[in-house]
Amino acid sequence: MRNTVFLALLLPLLGHAADGETIMQRGGNNPAAMPCISCHGTDGKGMAAAGYPRLAGLPEAYIVKQLADFKAGRRQNPLMQPIAQALDNDEAASVAKAYAELPKVNIQAGPVERPQPGSGAWIALRGAWERNIPECTLCHGPAGVGVGSAFPPLAGQSALYIENQLNAWRGTPAIPAGRKSKAVAAVPPSRHNDPNGLMQHIAVDLSAAEIKAVAEYFAGLGESKEAFDESQHRLR
Amino acid sequence: MKKTAFHLLLLTFAVGHAQGADSLRNPRFDDQTQLPKAPAKTPSQRYFQPPADTEIPNNAFGDQVRRGMDIFMNTKALAPEYVGNEMNCVNCHIDRGRKANSAPLWAAYPMYPAYRKKNNKVNTYVERMQGCFQFSMNGKPPPADSEILAALTTYAYWLSTGAPTGKALPGRGFDEPPPPSGGYDIARGKAVYDKQCVICHGENGEGRKVGVTTVFPALWGKDSYNWGAGMHRINTAAGFIQHNMPLGRGETLSDREAWDVAAYINSHERPQDPRLVNGSIDETRKRYHADDGVNLYGVEINGKKLGQGI
Repeated sequence: MRNTVFLALLLPLLGHAADGETIMQRGGNNPAAMPCISCHGTDGKGMAAAGYPRLAGLPEAYIVKQLADFKAGRRQNPLMQPIAQALDNDEAASVAKAYAELPKVNIQAGPVERPQPGSGAWIALRGAWERNIPECTLCHGPAGVGVGSAFPPLAGQSALYIENQLNAWRGTPAIPAGRKSKAVAAVPPSRHNDPNGLMQHIAVDLSAAEIKAVAEYFAGLGESKEAFDESQHRLR
Repeated sequence: MKKTAFHLLLLTFAVGHAQGADSLRNPRFDDQTQLPKAPAKTPSQRYFQPPADTEIPNNAFGDQVRRGMDIFMNTKALAPEYVGNEMNCVNCHIDRGRKANSAPLWAAYPMYPAYRKKNNKVNTYVERMQGCFQFSMNGKPPPADSEILAALTTYAYWLSTGAPTGKALPGRGFDEPPPPSGGYDIARGKAVYDKQCVICHGENGEGRKVGVTTVFPALWGKDSYNWGAGMHRINTAAGFIQHNMPLGRGETLSDREAWDVAAYINSHERPQDPRLVNGSIDETRKRYHADDGVNLYGVEINGKKLGQGI
């Protein structure tokens, strides 16, 4: 009896989340829409070593936009584009909602951080204004926890994923042939989906070493088990 | 003896008079019209370069520089009793007060003390900062001898290391673009806002927060600068916007777009000018806004007189 009541209470919730959850676990109706968990992990936290991103706790509208951008080719990726194309709009919406409902990355607000010039932390917290590069946290929020649905969290993502994205916005210039080496063709940028072109010039103007360092900085923030009290200020 | 008494009386009268005039006039701390115009930078010229962080000494002075920098970036969190809205110094002084044409501290600090006609006295740098707290932060000025202003002064002094004293430097203030021919247009400004600004500052200019921490400042409404702040002038906001917005993509908007969007932003209600005269918008306009650059305080827009406060 008690169990029945419990189930009855739970049913509407299950019905609500089932669609997105099913897609995560088993994929979409179209078999080309593979289960998300095979790359993004059973907990939605991604696979750091492979550079598959965390989706857990990302803003719903952000995920919807990324899936649409993969579909339209504004964000190019050989793995994700066929999957995004195989998901219909309803499926994309419900899987985005399901991921948004998983726990967000949790970062403790530390004391004021004093980064060393030339470090990844410096780019993250101070930027490189002589090249018009704002500190990442200015838009992505203190500790890179993300702001609204346009500025996704950088905390909680792996170094490889962040580095790959910066390189995707940047592309790589051609390397002319040397005496013993062959010419390497330029790789054009594969991401063109930054709102108002806010990211591309930043990626272009960062050096490869800076990209690596700043990606490692955010990956190194880890995740705290202790909940953060949102009534407290996060200091810059 | 008689003569001394007379002189004393005269002095008392003079001092009393000056004080009376001051409190009556509510000194206008934000007025910069008495400072010489910052010269334009020649193409080959470099802006003044403030010292690098690595040059902050590891001693009591260095500690105070760092404390000032922390308050500068986290004003609401570290000086909450003096900040009435959700602004931080660094919102208008990009790159921690280092960036040219974003009112850099290295160009401001060496220009004070400066005489200002409007309050008929010599204003110190500390008084200038008190103006920021009163108007831009819609709060109350920290006492002149407070730890907060001592730290902020130390930070500004350090940033000005090597800058000439009393010499207007290129990059000071916001280097305002000339007004567009045919005037600014608020409706055109809304189109610029919707396209370029909404993503960070929100549809209603409300800005965006993470928890209680402001990430993108409010551009109008209760969390923004008040009607007495320099930024309420369309010409001033146009300068800031043209050089610094969108963040990291400064100098991509045209002068006209900067003026239009500045007019749109400053055609919205914001906290009252704390110098409000006799509760009257018209009297306040006459005394403080009529000859203060281009502004919409007390002007009727869409059938509503601006300057009601919020």
